Amino acid sequence: MKTFLRVAASGAALALVLTACAASDREGEAAQSETGGSRTTFVFAASSDPASLDPAFANDGETFRVARQMFEGLVGTVPGTADPAPLLAESWDVSEDGLEYTFQLKEGVKFHDGTDFDAAAVCFNFERWNNFTGVLQSESLSYYWQKVNGGFATSDVPGLNGTGKYESCEASDASTAVIHLASPLPELVSALSLPSFSIQSPAALEKYDADGVTGGEEAPVLPEYAKAHPTGTGPYIFESWSPGEQVVLAANPDYWGDAGQIKKIVFTVISDATARRQALQAGDIDGYDLVGPADVEALDEAGFQIVNRDPFNVLYLAMNQANPELADVKVRQAIAHAIDKEALVAQTLPEGTEVATNFVPPAVDGWNKDVATYDYDPEKAKALLAEAGKSNLTIDFNYPTNVSRPYMPTPEQVFTAISADLAAVGITVNPVPEPWNPEYLDRMQGTADHGIHLLGWTGDYNDTYNFIGVFFGAPANEWGFDDPALFKAIGDARYQADKAAQTAAYEAANAQIMELLPGIPLAHPVPSLAFKADIHGYPASPVQDEVYNVITIGD
Amino acid sequence: MSATETHELLAPPSGPPAAPDHAGDSAWRAAARRLRRNPGAIAGAVIVLVFLAVATFAPLIAPFDAGELPGRAQVRPTFIPGPSAEHLLGLDRYGADLFSQLVWGARASLLIGVLSTLVGLLGGVLLGVVAGGLGGWVDTATMRLVDLMLSVPSLLLAVSIAAVIGQSSTAVIIAIGVVQVPIFARLLRGSMLAQRGQDYVLAASSLGLSRRTVTMSHVLPNSISPVIVQATLMLATAVIEAAALSFLGLGGGAPTAAEWGRMLTAAQNELEVAPRLALWPGACIAVTALGFTLFGEALREALDPRTRKR
Amino acid sequence: MTRLVLRRTALLVPTLLGLSVLLFLWVRALPGGPATALLGERATPEAVERLNTLYGFDRPVLQQYTGYLGQLVQGNFGTSTRTGRPVLEEFLARFPATIELTVLALAIAVGVGIPLGYLAARRQGGLVDNGTVVVSLLGVTIPVFFLAFLLKWLFAVQLGWFPSAGRQDPTMVATHPTGFYVLDGLLTRELDASWDAFVHLVLPALALGSIPLAIITRITRSSVLEVQGADYVRTARAKGMGRARLRNRVILRNAMLPVSTTIGLQVGLLLSGAVLTETVFAYPGIGSFLAQAVFNLDYAVLQGFILIIAIVYAVVNLAVDVSYGLIDPRMRTR
Repeated sequence: MKTFLRVAASGAALALVLTACAASDREGEAAQSETGGSRTTFVFAASSDPASLDPAFANDGETFRVARQMFEGLVGTVPGTADPAPLLAESWDVSEDGLEYTFQLKEGVKFHDGTDFDAAAVCFNFERWNNFTGVLQSESLSYYWQKVNGGFATSDVPGLNGTGKYESCEASDASTAVIHLASPLPELVSALSLPSFSIQSPAALEKYDADGVTGGEEAPVLPEYAKAHPTGTGPYIFESWSPGEQVVLAANPDYWGDAGQIKKIVFTVISDATARRQALQAGDIDGYDLVGPADVEALDEAGFQIVNRDPFNVLYLAMNQANPELADVKVRQAIAHAIDKEALVAQTLPEGTEVATNFVPPAVDGWNKDVATYDYDPEKAKALLAEAGKSNLTIDFNYPTNVSRPYMPTPEQVFTAISADLAAVGITVNPVPEPWNPEYLDRMQGTADHGIHLLGWTGDYNDTYNFIGVFFGAPANEWGFDDPALFKAIGDARYQADKAAQTAAYEAANAQIMELLPGIPLAHPVPSLAFKADIHGYPASPVQDEVYNVITIGD
Repeated sequence: MSATETHELLAPPSGPPAAPDHAGDSAWRAAARRLRRNPGAIAGAVIVLVFLAVATFAPLIAPFDAGELPGRAQVRPTFIPGPSAEHLLGLDRYGADLFSQLVWGARASLLIGVLSTLVGLLGGVLLGVVAGGLGGWVDTATMRLVDLMLSVPSLLLAVSIAAVIGQSSTAVIIAIGVVQVPIFARLLRGSMLAQRGQDYVLAASSLGLSRRTVTMSHVLPNSISPVIVQATLMLATAVIEAAALSFLGLGGGAPTAAEWGRMLTAAQNELEVAPRLALWPGACIAVTALGFTLFGEALREALDPRTRKR
Repeated sequence: MTRLVLRRTALLVPTLLGLSVLLFLWVRALPGGPATALLGERATPEAVERLNTLYGFDRPVLQQYTGYLGQLVQGNFGTSTRTGRPVLEEFLARFPATIELTVLALAIAVGVGIPLGYLAARRQGGLVDNGTVVVSLLGVTIPVFFLAFLLKWLFAVQLGWFPSAGRQDPTMVATHPTGFYVLDGLLTRELDASWDAFVHLVLPALALGSIPLAIITRITRSSVLEVQGADYVRTARAKGMGRARLRNRVILRNAMLPVSTTIGLQVGLLLSGAVLTETVFAYPGIGSFLAQAVFNLDYAVLQGFILIIAIVYAVVNLAVDVSYGLIDPRMRTR
């Protein structure tokens, strides 16, 4: 036993010594990296694993982030804006009738597997998306093709069966692809900037059985391609993915564009927001996204860089008209007048955030400066409630917990501020917190059982329909009203081929929405990223079209 | 974290007092005498009493109502006002008075602790009495159920239960309570079995008293003291476990609810702005748990001469 | 001995079967149901319905259970709704990380707890003793995640002595043949990778080890105290046994018996604590994955992991009992 004790004691001592070494070791490393050459590895903290490496099945931010590095679509964005710009297509022409899109493709581009990028590859991808069947048509996979195109070649679901705008694709020569539509889809070019519409290597898609999603008993099981063989044309090549830990990408030596300084990207998964901030402070990562409004100043003072994206989003308070208490527009107006948006923004949202008046951000076409506004006026709110006979209004207030969205960094704080405002005009708020996914979203979008609630939206690409069409394009549980005239007005505007007429139609729709007042647009919060001091040139983009080959590291 | 297992493990393998005292009274009186001589017991008792007083008289102590936001207009995303004449410990993220929230939080913790321990006690005593009292296959079946519940690490069990019920303080109370059930059940059953063999029970039985009478009026009262000790320790566990459930997002209640676990969890996002928001509720949880643990342990020592310090 | 193993294994079967029934029913009782977890932000009710039909969530309950049990027996614990990978694969990929963490945590608890408890008992009432009592009390009264947070804030964020997150420096190139990173580095001769993995383990293991440390310290202390006062020690002393010999041969050996049982019982505690500690340190083990599953209500993962953990827990306890039987001669006769 004496031996045992001695072993135990020396074990403890050893641990201490090792610990001390570890400490000095790290200091040594830090000193080295400051003096010795330029770093070529960029470590970014992701909040979760990508859902899939196949961008055609992608519809969330973390999946897009990884996909953007490896893949390119026909259309990109003008840096720092949401506007479309040439990428794999050098130019495009749209026919008079809006039914024929001719894309002139960049020449000499190769996929990561060495095969050529050409018009045939483009058509292969379009045909693939349009011919998804079975489980591939579920919203958790091909969400964007379904929403933008409006359907598939064939489907068991009547609403999707042959209802798409896409008709065919024709490779008139190696560098010219022509897309034929059944009816106009003016947002097509903007929409093609989404990572979901990246052009992938046909050879690799076939070799690794990209469409072989097996519907197990309980959830879709991804095929080899989506797990380990994504093959695009982008500046980075897939290297490895350790789920729950990290995704590693390496520079593409044959990239057609600027190869850049960063030779290796590591997306390390840190799901907890506080842990991401601390990892940056501890020097473990180079940067992270969705910086909490509270941390901005402290990080800045500690010598880290805060990079803001131009807000391309809206945070709103929805008022469910299926709830009898909210059916009267006077009650909705009273709630709108009760909320002090300016104070809300100052107290809970990042600096630079603007108060919203429309359900679209000002940068989007169709934003209308003359919509009805509802100034902060508690007295008027009380009067309106009295007029509606609802002076003792009690209402459920649903809000999500444990989540941070670009348009809603701190839901609990927004909820608290609005609740206090409502209480001040005599409304009794019944708080209903729920976890974000699936409970909260499911209740808001799948049931009529809710009162007022917080939600928002970040635009996918520069298109008005991508905001108000998503919200008010059809009857929805979220809002609980049926206004065929409004739905038609928005739908007609979507397919209006004439730009000026379309803008006017969207402006009118926005005015109509704010009269109806289905909800209250609150703000357009500024999303922030944080980086180490020596990271330069991060290409912040309102639609998160951020590719890391333009980043430089060093003093 | 699970102090459920902790406290179970801290307990000696068997719990019943060695000398069954039929009069009962004098055993407790002797225990009280021993408690008074134990500095740990006194420290624990003081903490527990202060905690109980604060929880009981919260409305008199706290300058503001629970969840009231007197300083709402002064809070900014990057700035939360610190201690001032008006707000002893400063404001929190939402503009509530931190001191008031802590005071009201004592009440919430007491409620969660007492109610969940009651749930655990009721369930545990029921199962324990059924098993220890009836014996035979009922005993076996009950103990299988207890094994089943103990086969999952306690926090996971609590999380599963809370996840089904949904986000509310009721869910937390039930989850923590149910996790305690098998512990109480096993403790009581063991204690009752130990009593069974005692002479006085044999005497009572031979006098012709029915099995039920013997169980209810002799065995149970004499088996209960380890359960009382365990309940005291469980109050500490409940406070800590409620915090853990809050940390995993299962706490429920409004963001401004005065509950220590929730305050501690929320404050982790504010460390850069106001570290005191984490330190105060963290200290409150630790000290309260410490108080109940000290007192519970001292109580056990006092009631069970075998574990007394030599 | 063989009979003990067989009996315990036989007892395990009904327990696990009962657990599988409970877990199965539990998932059906979840609010929202499993289908909604699969769908994204703008899912329509029609889509939810379509998925329910597709995956058989609308079949009779008994039929669903037998199907579920049949799959379990074949080692199919379902598929994570969040990651789309088999639950067993997810578990096995992360289990080595958690084993590494818990082993180090336990090593710290044993390596520090036993000497500390022993010293405290030898000088009962002294400074070391009182300090030990206080520390061991704090160990069980500070919430683990709060302690983890304090450790990380001080040693990783403020002082920068240790990394704050993960298992390995992301910029480090290392191969992992076994999944045990510390071991891998030794096997592949990438000593720096091995060292780096160890450094990543230190803070989480300290936080996780705090409760077992407190418990082991206390048990050791009280056990040594008890043995010191026992008759046979007094007899040995009276017979003139030397101090050192008495201390090491008699007191320590006898005092270690209850301590060694306690060590085996720490596994459940460590697995519970791992859920919180791994989350704070973004450590990619089964604990942080479970916490994520709780946040997202990934029912298949919760269900599968709890069942697998129960099996692991039972096997570890069995192993402890068996080895205890080997150590303690009194157990052998039974």
